[in-house]
Amino acid sequence: MAEIILDKVTKRYPDGALAVSDVDIQIADGEFVILVGPSGCGKSTTLNMIAGLEDITSGELRIDGDRVNDRAPKDRDIAMVFQSYALYPHMSVRENMAFPLRLAKVDKKVVQQKVEEAARILDLTQHLDRKPGNLSGGQRQRVAMGRAIVRSPKAFLMDEPLSNLDAKLRVQMRTSVSKLQRRLGTTTVYVTHDQTEAMTLGDRVVVMRGGHVQQIGSPQFLYEQPVNLFVAGFIGSPSMNFLPAGLEDGRLRTPLGDFPLTDRIRRLLEGGSAPREVIMGLRPEHFEDARLVDEPGAAFTATVEVLESMGSDKYAYFAVEGEAAMAAELEELAAESGTAEMADGGSQIVSRLSAASDAREGAELSVWFDPDKIHLFDPSDGRTLTYVE
Amino acid sequence: MSGKELSEGKKAERRLGLWLCAPAALVMLAVTAYPIVYSIWLSLQRYDLRFPAERQFVWFENYVTVLTNSYWWTAFGVTSLITAVSVAIELVLGMALALVMHRTLVMKGLVRTVALIPYGIVTVVAAFSWRYAWDENTGYLTDLFGATAPLTDRAAALGIITLAEVWKTVPFMALLLMAGLALVPDDLLRAASMDGATPWQRFTKVILPVMKPAILVALLFRTLDAFRIFDNIFVLTSGAQETGSVSMQTYNNLIRGLNLGIGSTMSVLIFIAVALLAFVFVKVFGAAAPGSDDGGKR
Repeated sequence: MAEIILDKVTKRYPDGALAVSDVDIQIADGEFVILVGPSGCGKSTTLNMIAGLEDITSGELRIDGDRVNDRAPKDRDIAMVFQSYALYPHMSVRENMAFPLRLAKVDKKVVQQKVEEAARILDLTQHLDRKPGNLSGGQRQRVAMGRAIVRSPKAFLMDEPLSNLDAKLRVQMRTSVSKLQRRLGTTTVYVTHDQTEAMTLGDRVVVMRGGHVQQIGSPQFLYEQPVNLFVAGFIGSPSMNFLPAGLEDGRLRTPLGDFPLTDRIRRLLEGGSAPREVIMGLRPEHFEDARLVDEPGAAFTATVEVLESMGSDKYAYFAVEGEAAMAAELEELAAESGTAEMADGGSQIVSRLSAASDAREGAELSVWFDPDKIHLFDPSDGRTLTYVE
Repeated sequence: MSGKELSEGKKAERRLGLWLCAPAALVMLAVTAYPIVYSIWLSLQRYDLRFPAERQFVWFENYVTVLTNSYWWTAFGVTSLITAVSVAIELVLGMALALVMHRTLVMKGLVRTVALIPYGIVTVVAAFSWRYAWDENTGYLTDLFGATAPLTDRAAALGIITLAEVWKTVPFMALLLMAGLALVPDDLLRAASMDGATPWQRFTKVILPVMKPAILVALLFRTLDAFRIFDNIFVLTSGAQETGSVSMQTYNNLIRGLNLGIGSTMSVLIFIAVALLAFVFVKVFGAAAPGSDDGGKR
């Protein structure tokens, strides 16, 4: 059990490349923290610095109050689970799990007892004498977890531990990782590029981009109060819709029509100096088939381009005329998701409608949305204008 | 049609495969199988070119002659000694060199090229330079160690032969081992560090077991090669002071003595010894990849 503190931790490679810059994270004892971000954002480097596999260029890493910058990995009492599982191919499952204990010269009986206990927790008892080469992906992943838990370390570090599993197993293992962490109560730092994993697993999520921390907070908080365009676009699936908009006399001029700002949003904008041109963000679930809503709100009519029926609800895609919202963050997000080339002028809106909606592909639909749920961003630096202090 | 029968397409493919292999198989038969069979045939005859009239089929008489001869066993002992000692030293030095080449960050190409120079020099040329270095009159190494004519002393000569052999083949060993090192995933070593392994423990408990197949292949190649040692001995001592290997004995009987029967018998015996070595390596140590449940044996 341990508290881990990253204090202005920076990683600069010998060739001058800055991988991680001034990262401040305070991880409480027993907390489950997720580092999430697109590839190359520095999340794995950060994890490796905590592990001791990478040197820290500047800043301080403290575990339980002790500065550990210069301590070898083996002296930090931290266990790590790798994306590749990194199981020793020449050892049986039992030997793999016992390896850290044997190196620590733990008594043989204790080793056996601990390995068997871990095997029971992870449902590996009948595989103890097999070699990793003969196990399935899910079983290997569990062995890797077992090797981490046998020695009851101060903290677990997990580097995309579920990425090599197929989708169904990944969802299953996600639950067991979460249960296991809660059961053991061990401080855990978990790296992933998958925002769904981040949202479902962590007590707190750290969103990283280009070596910088963008925002730290509970999944729900990040979802509701993203500090900038990047976090807004990265968290949530399908992701937030962004449209260019103009602010004029308390009204918002958007490609979906003009509508007055709600009192709440007007108050939020009062303090700062909002630019006249902004980017409006609206999550898919804040739209609804206008036929099914009696509440006041804004509405527009558009042609349904594609309709995906998920059973529980329907995703309707609309094309919006005019310029698409432009900002560096949005371009980066598009590049990450591979949708950069798809934008052929104008933008697309995804809406999640109730299953009762009678939207049909190619037909016009009157769509309602809640103007109080919008987020506004400054296109010049991507910062939100509607942040609740 | 039953499931086991091949479809027409598969059959045609198989036929084509056989046809494509045929030329290579024929060449192998001509250059390998024929000489082997012919030397076995010769080894069963009394056949001395100095007395061609006495040529006669004698079954295994030659084998009895050779295997009861003390010169043969001396040579066999010398060969085994040189093989065991040189391969052991080569393994250690080769592993060290492989680690250096594998870990080198700057001027990788240069380091590897330099390390490989000895292997690129013709063995006979290298052997001559060793001979001059240890010569009693002109040798700088002789001077350096204050020795007198080391190549005429049996122990010293064997040492020099082994040294020349090691110097020559360490790069080859290192090259084979480096290929094995590349097979050890970085993550495995990182995991071992996290699990608390010291660098030495990482080497002995992770790197060595994982690259065991590569080590066995390297050892096998070098052992078989070393057992047939000839050129270094030929140049350095010509087998004087009982420093001759089995190959030297064969050469002396077959080419110098013109005794085709005895010479061929020795060739066949070397062939058998080498085959046995290979068999032992593959069966006893197991050359299968690690990670299979059957303990690496097939």
